[in-house]
Amino acid sequence: MTAVDSMRPAIATVRAVRRETADVVTIRLDHGDRSDAFEPGQFHMLYAFGAGEVPISVSGRPARGGGVEHTIRAVGATTRALCRLRRGGTVGVRGPFGTAWPVEEARGRDVVLVAGGIGLAPLRPVIQRIIAERELYGRVTVLYGARTPDDILFEADLARWRGRFDLQVGVTVDHADASWRGHVGVVTTLLTDVDLDPDACLAILCGPEVMMRFTAAELEARGIPRREIWVSLERNMHCGVGLCGHCQMGPELVCRRGPVYRLDHVGRLLGVREV
Amino acid sequence: MPRHRPIETALAEHPFLAGLEARHVELLAGCARNIRFAASERIFESGGAADDFYLLRSGRVALEVHVPGRGPVTLQTLDPPDVLGWSWLVPPYRWQYDARTVEATAAFALDGKCLRGKCEDDHELGYQLYRRFLPVVQSRLQSTRMQMLDVFAASPAGGDAP
Amino acid sequence: MSDPAGDARALDVDGLDRLIAALSERGFAPHGPIVRDGSIVWGPLRGVADLPAGWTLEQDAGRCQLVRRGDGALFGWAVGPDSPKRLFLPPSLQLFTARRDDEGGFALDPPAPAPGPIALIGARPCEIAAIAVQDRVLLGSEHTDAHYRARRDEAFIVAAHCGEPGGTCFCVSADTGPSARSGFDLALTELHGDGEHTFVIEVATERGAAVLEAVPHRAATGDEIARAAAVVTGAASRMGRELETDGLRELLYGCREHPRWDEIAARCLGCANCTMVCPTCFCTSVSDLTDITGATAWRERSWDSCFTMDFSYIHGGSVRPSVGARYRHWITHKLASWHDQFDESGCVGCGRCITWCPVAIDITAEVVGLRSDGSPPPRTRTAGFRV
Repeated sequence: MTAVDSMRPAIATVRAVRRETADVVTIRLDHGDRSDAFEPGQFHMLYAFGAGEVPISVSGRPARGGGVEHTIRAVGATTRALCRLRRGGTVGVRGPFGTAWPVEEARGRDVVLVAGGIGLAPLRPVIQRIIAERELYGRVTVLYGARTPDDILFEADLARWRGRFDLQVGVTVDHADASWRGHVGVVTTLLTDVDLDPDACLAILCGPEVMMRFTAAELEARGIPRREIWVSLERNMHCGVGLCGHCQMGPELVCRRGPVYRLDHVGRLLGVREV
Repeated sequence: MPRHRPIETALAEHPFLAGLEARHVELLAGCARNIRFAASERIFESGGAADDFYLLRSGRVALEVHVPGRGPVTLQTLDPPDVLGWSWLVPPYRWQYDARTVEATAAFALDGKCLRGKCEDDHELGYQLYRRFLPVVQSRLQSTRMQMLDVFAASPAGGDAP
Repeated sequence: MSDPAGDARALDVDGLDRLIAALSERGFAPHGPIVRDGSIVWGPLRGVADLPAGWTLEQDAGRCQLVRRGDGALFGWAVGPDSPKRLFLPPSLQLFTARRDDEGGFALDPPAPAPGPIALIGARPCEIAAIAVQDRVLLGSEHTDAHYRARRDEAFIVAAHCGEPGGTCFCVSADTGPSARSGFDLALTELHGDGEHTFVIEVATERGAAVLEAVPHRAATGDEIARAAAVVTGAASRMGRELETDGLRELLYGCREHPRWDEIAARCLGCANCTMVCPTCFCTSVSDLTDITGATAWRERSWDSCFTMDFSYIHGGSVRPSVGARYRHWITHKLASWHDQFDESGCVGCGRCITWCPVAIDITAEVVGLRSDGSPPPRTRTAGFRV
């Protein structure tokens, strides 16, 4: 019997490695025809030989050449092993798994994307998609909060996005010394400068749960209904396909019904202790 | 000779004062002046007498604290139409932090010392100002708490991860 | 045979032995209840002689004892600590092996051949219900568990309707027993006493009928059929426990802040026994390992439990650090969120979690507790449970 084994990784080759910050690396993977088969917001389970496997969101397509990019922060043994990979290296890939950002629902609307920390990575493919079909969207705003100026991801992309007349881009950091000439303050403070039309706007949030909660509260205070706010949740994942039970949040199996959720579907679970 | 709009008109248009009655705008205008700062200019310094506040019109201001060994650390930046400074409302009327421009900045400076007296005489004016300053205080407090959480740190609770 | 749901048949003890042999000849590996380690567990079965003749399990909260019945009944007990779960979802399983190649990359070894099919002899109605629950979890959505499927797909199931409920059983409340309604090929009801030892057999599938054809049997008499029915109605009237299921989902979703959680947390050891013995608990973890040279790596999947601290670990810490929150998660999943995820309850009423809890926490009693103190007084301390 040759059933598809969803727990068996495919082998992918590392085509390029780009260091983003001291502890974040973007790797471009090529696993043949399947490299392109993802929707913005979905994740792969990446396996570093012998070290372990972790869920990593797709962070976009490379500017040129094929393959798919993942942006990884070295926080543990497996992610450190993935960050140590060199060009030509090999990694196991399962997926893509999980739900996607509402790119189609966003067409014809104003889109506000708010990212915190490594949360910019899962939003990058949405931004790339929006730019590729820019005429289909209304006003598009990208707000990004990082810990310090040294932690800012995708600086080249941010510079390019800022240079466009059809994107409003705001960047802020939580902590900086006097050499930083940009904005200092939490990411919600950037919203003050954004002209929001509650009837036309769809918001996409990605970052630590606390950051998304406060951003969502600010957006709601500005009149945007919960059904127009989308978030991406983080839970422990082992299988990625709803079979191992680890990623439960209340009734949700986050890997299968998420990680991308409409806020009105999970909002009652955000901020609930130990759910 | 360039024609200047009266300061009342410009003040009334500042979002911080939106909705204020004309007589109160007039009172404020009596204590207000236009002011410009070059980039990297010190606006006030912690411990100094807090006798003014500023309604930003352009530019960017950093609120800083000097940490021995680290130099100035930026706590928050303020962009128009933010308001800079509320220590003038709270005894002993001393600045808590340093304010320095990041880039050339224009603002209305309002004489807080003068306004304190006017607020005593006209509680309605005091109420109108307090109800505008309280959300500023709340939002700064909220931001500070979020920064304290340091949610983007590698391991917020100090543990390791996969 | 054109009519698989034909009339009831009867087998004697020798006939049952021949049935086990017939399954073996057809390539099935027969498994059934055997006496081992001072209890009755699932194991390979060579014939009727391996079955726990004359034994029973006396069970209550936190207590299980293997004792003599004083007769020769083969199925005169309810359920032991383990269930067929371990046969379909092994407690530990190697998922793949990977080897370094000369270029510094790696490749996976070909998948291991699928194991041969298993035949379950004497699966209880609650166990069969639990298999259906796990089928839904592991095979019922877009991504399925290939390893579970390989073991489960061809499995032959001989059910044993219950005549002897245990002290912690509540399958009547869970609506899964004491007789099995579906999910088996053949079902037997044991009639014994006064020199009689007969198994009334119900045929549910074509292949069940085909296997039965190969062994000597006869039609069951009307009296035997009536007495078989009486066996299960008698069992239904002697349930050890009861669980009121009306409004249970709403109750659990609505009592997050109930003081009972603190009280349970004070007793619960967080030992995970309840999840290990539960026939529907399906949670697993994977570990990636290497040999000492680093040339070969493999992935192992093992049963895990939501009662362990690491279970919900995300970077920075556990989502449910307190024992109270973990118990709440477990019982809420079983009785409430399972409905949202899989349209049914995750509890089949087998009572194992009650029997095997070292401190005798009783899921049915906890539900009563959560129901009765419905409106707790306002509490000043709302955060945290005793860990």
